[in-house]
Amino acid sequence: MKLELQGITKVFGSLVANDHIDLVVEPGEIHALLGENGAGKSTLMNVLYGLYDPDDGQILLDGAPATFKGPGDAVSAGIGMVHQHFMLVPVFTVAESVALGYEPTGAGGVLRLEEARRRVREISDRFGFQVDPDARIEDLPVGVQQRVEIIKALSRDAQVLILDEPTAVLTPQETDELIRIMRELKESGTSIVFITHKLREVRAIADRITVIRRGRVVGEASPTSTETELASLMVGRSVSLTVEKEPAQPGEATFEVEGLSVVAPTGTVLVDDISFDVRAGEILCVAGVQGNGQTELAEVILGIEEADSGSVRLDGKDILGTGVKERLRSGIGFVPEDRSTDGVVSSFSIAENLVLDLYDTPPFARGVSMSPAKVTANAEQRTEEFDVRYTSVHDPISTLSGGNAQKVVLAREMSRPLRLLVASQPTRGLDVGSIEFVHGRVVAERDRGTPVIIVSTELDEVLGLADRIAVMYRGRIVGIVDAVGEDGTPVSRDVLGLMMAGVPLEDAQQQAAQHRSVLGAADLGEEQA
Amino acid sequence: MSTATQPQQATPSEGAGPQRARPKVSLKATVVYALAALVTLVAWVLDTPADARTTFQFGTSGDLVSIPNIPVPALGFLVVLLVVMLAATGFSFWRWRERRPLPAWTHVVVGVAFVLAFLTFVGAGRSTVIPMVSLLAGALALSVPLVFGAMSGVICERSGIINIAIEGQLLFGAFMGAVVASAAGSAYLGLVAAPLAGALVGAGLAWFSVSFRVNQIIVGVVLNTLIIGLTGFLFSTVLSDNKALWNSRMPLPRIRIPLLADIPVIGPVLFNQTILVYLMYALIFGLQFMLFRSRWGLRTRAVGEHPKAADTVGIKVNVRRVWNTILGGAIAGLGGAFFTVGSGLAFGREMSAGQGYIALAAMILGKWNPWGAVMAALLFGFSKNLGNVLSSIGSGVPSELLLMLPYVITILAVAGFVGRVRPPAAEGVPYTKS
Repeated sequence: MKLELQGITKVFGSLVANDHIDLVVEPGEIHALLGENGAGKSTLMNVLYGLYDPDDGQILLDGAPATFKGPGDAVSAGIGMVHQHFMLVPVFTVAESVALGYEPTGAGGVLRLEEARRRVREISDRFGFQVDPDARIEDLPVGVQQRVEIIKALSRDAQVLILDEPTAVLTPQETDELIRIMRELKESGTSIVFITHKLREVRAIADRITVIRRGRVVGEASPTSTETELASLMVGRSVSLTVEKEPAQPGEATFEVEGLSVVAPTGTVLVDDISFDVRAGEILCVAGVQGNGQTELAEVILGIEEADSGSVRLDGKDILGTGVKERLRSGIGFVPEDRSTDGVVSSFSIAENLVLDLYDTPPFARGVSMSPAKVTANAEQRTEEFDVRYTSVHDPISTLSGGNAQKVVLAREMSRPLRLLVASQPTRGLDVGSIEFVHGRVVAERDRGTPVIIVSTELDEVLGLADRIAVMYRGRIVGIVDAVGEDGTPVSRDVLGLMMAGVPLEDAQQQAAQHRSVLGAADLGEEQA
Repeated sequence: MSTATQPQQATPSEGAGPQRARPKVSLKATVVYALAALVTLVAWVLDTPADARTTFQFGTSGDLVSIPNIPVPALGFLVVLLVVMLAATGFSFWRWRERRPLPAWTHVVVGVAFVLAFLTFVGAGRSTVIPMVSLLAGALALSVPLVFGAMSGVICERSGIINIAIEGQLLFGAFMGAVVASAAGSAYLGLVAAPLAGALVGAGLAWFSVSFRVNQIIVGVVLNTLIIGLTGFLFSTVLSDNKALWNSRMPLPRIRIPLLADIPVIGPVLFNQTILVYLMYALIFGLQFMLFRSRWGLRTRAVGEHPKAADTVGIKVNVRRVWNTILGGAIAGLGGAFFTVGSGLAFGREMSAGQGYIALAAMILGKWNPWGAVMAALLFGFSKNLGNVLSSIGSGVPSELLLMLPYVITILAVAGFVGRVRPPAAEGVPYTKS
C-alpha cells in the first residue's frame, strides 16, 4: 500500500507542531522519519493513526483520500502503530492484549481465549518471536513487549507499520533483532515508517530518510549520508557529536559502595549485592537497559530509596541512615532521571526552583521569612552562568523547554560545593545544543576533582562521557571496564551491548570478536570510509 | 540470521522473570495476634469460673433431624482457643524472622478463635444459649446491601470511575423501591423501580465526571448529600401525608428451596431467602465470570487500567465508563431495595446509614475482585450482627462499644491485613484525547 501525507498541519495553542508536512511512503520500503525530540514526528504519526485531527491537509492511501476519526478507522485501513510508550495493559496476558478491541467471542460475549492464543502463536512462529501467549505483560522484558505490539499490529493485517522510537528501550542486541524483524516484514511487503533521532540506526536500515525540524520537512537524505551530514540537517547547524574532554586525572577513591542491595516490597531484588568505587576527578558511567536497578542505585545514594543491606561511604563516612537533607549538605549533587516530576516543581517559578535545596538557609532565609530579593538575584546570576533562556525568572518553570529546565536543575545542584555528583539520564529528551552544554558542565565538574556518577541508557552518551563504565543487568554489576583500554582503543559497543544483556565481560569480548552486530558493523564501515 | 548462532546472547534477557528475594515482612500480624491472645487471657480466661459451661445452639425449629444444643466447659475451651492463638502468634513471628509472608488462613484461624473465645466467655455460666444459626443468618442479611454496593463499586472502579455515590444509590433504591411497591401494591414492582432509581444516580455521577471531568469523589459526596436531602424531604411531606398509599410495608415473600434448605446450619441460612438474595448469588457468580472471561470484562479492565491503550484499539473509553457507571448504579439501587421491601420495612429517613461507604471499604478489602469483596462484606455483616446478638443475650459489654465493632474491624482490616493492594491504574483519572 502506498501512503501519502499532503500538507498535514497540526496546531496546539500557539505551537505549530506540524507545518504543511508532505511525506510519501512507497510499498515495501523502510522510511525513516528523522528529527530531534519535539520536532513534530510523533504528532505527525498520531495524526496518521487517527489519534489527533489534523487542522489541515489530507491522507491518501493508494491515491484515495482517507479520513480517520479514531485509531479504529486507521487500523481497519491497514495502518498499525507501535507507540514509544507501549499501549499494553500491564496486568493482561499476551493473548488478552492482542485480542483487546478485536476479541474472538462466542455466545453472550464470552471470550474464546484459545482462539486468541492461537493467533498469537501463529504470528509469533512465522517471525520467530518466541512469545508465550499466556505470559503477563508486566513480567516480560521490554524487547518482548515490543514484539507483542508488533504482533498486535500484524494480527490486524497492518500494511503500513509505524514504529515510534522503537530502539529507545532496547539493548543493542535487541535492536539487532528488531532490525532483522523489520527487514523480514519488508520482504513480506509491509511498509515501515521508522521514527527516530538516532543517526546510526537510520543509516543502517532505512531505504529513504525524511528529516523534520521544528514541524517542517527540511529535506530528504539518502542512507549513505554521513552522520555529521544528517546531524546538521536535523539540527540546522553544524554540530559536534563527540564530547570534548582531556584524559582524566583521577585521585583517591572518595566514594565507595559495598555489598549494596535493595529489595522491593514485592520481593523483587532491584539492586543485588553491588560494590564499586569512584575516584575524585573521574566519571563513572552506569550503563544498562532501563529498569535494571540503576534508578534505585541512584536513589539509594541520595537517600530517597532504602537500602536492604550494604554500605555507601562518602569521604570515608557511611551515609546510609542519614537524611536526604544531611546528604545534600554534605556535598552530594543529584540530577534525577525524571526532570519534570522529580527535578523541579513545575508550578513554581524558575527562581524558586533554583533555591529548592537552600531556601531555608541564609542568605535566602532569615528566621522564618524568606528574602525574595536574594532569591531573585541568585536566579539571575545562576541563569546567566548556565545559559538558561527565559522571559522572566518569576515565570513558572513549566514554561521552559526541556533543555532549559535541565540547565536550571544543573545550576541548582552545582551551586553547592560538591563532593559527589550523581546524574541520571542527564540529557534525556534534550536537543543537541543542550546536550553539548550539559556534557561540558559534567566534564568541568570532573576536572575540578569531583567524583561523578552518570546513569545512562544511551550507549553514545556512555561512550562519550565515561572514564570507566559499570554495566548493570538485573540489579547486578556485570563488569566494570575502562572506557579506553591500555592500548588506547575505546571499548567496543558490541562488548558493552552483550554485557547489557547479562553476558560477563570475558565472554562478551569473545562473542563480540566472532560476531559483529548490524550497528557495530555500521561503525566499522564509517571508520573505513 | 547470524544471531541465531549465539544462543547465550539472546537467552539471558528473555523468559525468566526478575530475581526474587525475601523482602522485609511486616510484624503487624504478630502484634495483633499477641494482643488477641493477651485479651483472651486477661479479660476472659482469668475471669471465667472453672465449672462454668457455655451452650452453643446449632439447630433451628424447621430442621428435619434436630441438632441438640452443645454445651462445652467454658474454661477448658477458652484455654484451647488461647493455645491456638499463641501458636499462631509464634508461627507468624517465625515467618517474620524468615521474611516469609503469612498465608491468609492464619488470619482466619485467629479471627475465628478470637470470636469463639469471646462467645464462650459471654455465654459462660448463663442459661441462655449462643444461637449460631441466627448469628450467621443475621450476618448474611446485614451483608446483602454491602454485597450489592461492593459489586457496584467493582463495576465502576474497574472501568476507572470512583463510585462514592453507592450510599446515595442504596438510599434512593430503598426509597423508590418502597414507594413504588407501596403505590402499586406489589413488592416485585419495587424491585423494578429500585435499580432504575440507582441507575439515575449513577447517570448523574457519570455525566459530571465524564462530561465535565469534575473530581469524582466530590461529585459522589454531593450526590449522596442530595439524595439524603431529597428523600428526607419527601419522607416528611408526601410520605407522611398519606402513609397508607406511599409508604406501607410490602415484604417480599421468602422462597424456600427444597432439599438445599434442609442442609443443617447453612441450609436455612442460605436457601430460605427472598428473590433479592437469590439475585445476589447470581450477580456474584455472574460478575466474577464476566469480568475475567468476557469481552465486556476485558474492555472494562482495559479502560480502567490503561485507557489510552484501549483507545488505540478503537474502544470508546468514555462510553464504556458511562455505561458501567449506570450499570453499577442500577445494581446498588437494587441492593437498596433490601432495606425496604427486602426486609419488609417501610422507608425511613437516612435508612442506608453509611452502608454505602462500608461497601466501598469491602470492595477495597476484596482487592477489587467480586469474590474478595463478598468475603469482606460477609465479615462486616458478621461483626455487626455479633454486636446485635450479644446485646440481645445481654453480655456485660456496653452496647455502644459493640456498635463500634464493624467499624473497628473495617479500620483494622483495611489498614493491616490487606497487604499491598493495587487499584485499577487509571481509577479516578478522567480520560481526554490531548
